[in-house]
Amino acid sequence: MLNRLGSEQGATSLQYGIGQGTIELREQICEVMSLSGITGASPDDVVVTVGGQQALDLLARLFLDPGDVVLAEGPTYVGALGVFQAAQAQVRHVAMDADGLVPAALEEAIRANPRAKFLYTIPTFQNPAGVTLSAARREEILDICERAGLLVIEDDPYGMLSFEGDAPLPLRARRREGVFYCSTFSKTFAPGLRVGWILAPHAVREKLVMMSEANVLCPSAFAQGAVTQYLTTMPWREQIKVYREIYRERRDALLSALEDLMPAGTTWTRPSGGLFVWATLPEGLDSKAMMPRAIAARVAYVPGTGFYADGTGRGNMRLNFSFSAPERLREGVRRLSGVMEQELATRAVFGGTGPITPQRRRGSAAGDAPGPDLA
Amino acid sequence: MELRVLVLAGGLSYERDVSLRSGRRVLDALKSTGIEAELHDADVSLLPALQADPPDAVVIALHGATGEDGSLRGVLDLCGVPYVGADARTARLAWDKPSAKARLREAGIPTPDWVALPHDRFSELGAVAVLDRIVSRLGLPLMVKPAQGGSGLGAAVVREAADLAAAMVGCFAYDSTALVEQYVAGTSLAVSIIDLGTGPSALPIVEIVPRDGVYDYAARYTAGLTTWHVPARLEPSVAARVTETALGAYQALGLRDLSRIDVIVSEDGEPHVLGCNVSPGLTETSLLPLAIQAAGVDLGAVLGALVERAVGRARRA
Repeated sequence: MLNRLGSEQGATSLQYGIGQGTIELREQICEVMSLSGITGASPDDVVVTVGGQQALDLLARLFLDPGDVVLAEGPTYVGALGVFQAAQAQVRHVAMDADGLVPAALEEAIRANPRAKFLYTIPTFQNPAGVTLSAARREEILDICERAGLLVIEDDPYGMLSFEGDAPLPLRARRREGVFYCSTFSKTFAPGLRVGWILAPHAVREKLVMMSEANVLCPSAFAQGAVTQYLTTMPWREQIKVYREIYRERRDALLSALEDLMPAGTTWTRPSGGLFVWATLPEGLDSKAMMPRAIAARVAYVPGTGFYADGTGRGNMRLNFSFSAPERLREGVRRLSGVMEQELATRAVFGGTGPITPQRRRGSAAGDAPGPDLA
Repeated sequence: MELRVLVLAGGLSYERDVSLRSGRRVLDALKSTGIEAELHDADVSLLPALQADPPDAVVIALHGATGEDGSLRGVLDLCGVPYVGADARTARLAWDKPSAKARLREAGIPTPDWVALPHDRFSELGAVAVLDRIVSRLGLPLMVKPAQGGSGLGAAVVREAADLAAAMVGCFAYDSTALVEQYVAGTSLAVSIIDLGTGPSALPIVEIVPRDGVYDYAARYTAGLTTWHVPARLEPSVAARVTETALGAYQALGLRDLSRIDVIVSEDGEPHVLGCNVSPGLTETSLLPLAIQAAGVDLGAVLGALVERAVGRARRA
């Protein structure tokens, strides 16, 4: 495929392109979005970005001034927290339950922060919580935001990775106004190519393009050509079905291992798609303090603290089921359970150690102690 | 004769990232002096590589247990490959903080009073009673650290008796034995000692001033969280005592080639040795490179000379 890209389009794919992204790819992106239920989008309103990360960065640059408040799920995507932190904005977390964002909690957050700039949300197979905003709640959340005049940034990298029928329609499929839709080819094709996009309301699309040009001049023409080739010549819809099957099997393996092996008092989410399970530890366990034991036992997780801007999350951890085969996942849970049992035993010996106090973040997210990458 | 050196870096420890940074820096420094050097991880491909094409010497830039507890050095001895730094037996002694402190005390080198206890003693004897005894015997504040380990991981200052249990739990996540010692308030110093064949000599003393008061993992490896002063801002008489004490510790522990002695000078101007490191960090923000730079010597020249010493030792043996 890449050979063909080189021989047929070598000259253009190694040249500068336009800041908005190639028209061929933007047309393809509209087709991809129509599969998720976003119909009638114009390629004119699509801005191709360097991965989903640049999409968030452009929106932050466009809307945020130092000190501004952003509402986001708690927990939320660590890369978004990094972008908002770089823009010197403050993140206020909004609670979720098994059906995603809690509407009453959102209303409360808006009352407490009437000047919040936007709601950043990953409604489908949320990272890191794994939960999905129910269809009924999607309407409620959109109504609340519309009434408050609050913009919505819908981040949807995982929506196609559904294991149980189709995911609920994206927010952008329900409302055209006031919703910025961001997605990426990282989870469905190749993260190394760094190709993502924003579908923006027409009025601000031009501003985003100008910012992107100031930022990166233009997204990589070669990477865009590769994605276009992939979408036009390869059976990518079938490939996504294959991913869904693989990930569903792995999710099932992880969930049944958790069921069989986790110490009492542990709870976790049951995702119907995506890549992540969010676990809540038994009272008193601290996922960050426990990390060295886990590394010694050769098992890895991401401590919950990385997914909050306010230092909470010590009682949680993110488990990723997409990368390892089912038997490895089970072995990982077995080791993790042993680590938790040891930590519980130590805590029992020392008679409970008082409340876990949130700690201020110093330096990078992982700077307090070495740990795995958070992406 | 052109020397060929294998730089060992990486390893599976909490300090892997630091080690990789140290390793790359050592590699560049050696190459700048014309020594042929290659980087290698401490993994299953190491022994076959050593056997297939034995290097003239190994420089160990591994931190944490693999690089410092003497075990890898023992394996290098088995392979007959010379290496820079302390021998296996000495490294084992220095790595275990309670053993090293006992040796220092025997030699009359001041080190804060301490007790070292494994996790199991707390569960057998009852943690509350044992912690009570520790506090009434050693007083407050206390420093809790894993008996083995580096980079300040798992270490905590305890100012209130009520916080001791939490510090113990944090420490036992890193090691099954904890070292609890009297916390000495004062100026934190690192004394790097190098022996290029004419006996051990101390490099300029580095003074460490962590922004938040505690020189923990984040303070060590995050730019901006720590300020260093080289040479340390000490009265000449105090600096001389610190150097003498550090050299005494180096000799008492039987160290070789290069090492870093961690010292704290209490408010009354007395030096206390906290521990030593047989495989000191060599990253941009590590203490030994700062001292070498302040001494006006080149890291590559120092390492090159140490490599030649190691090769010479092997030839004589």
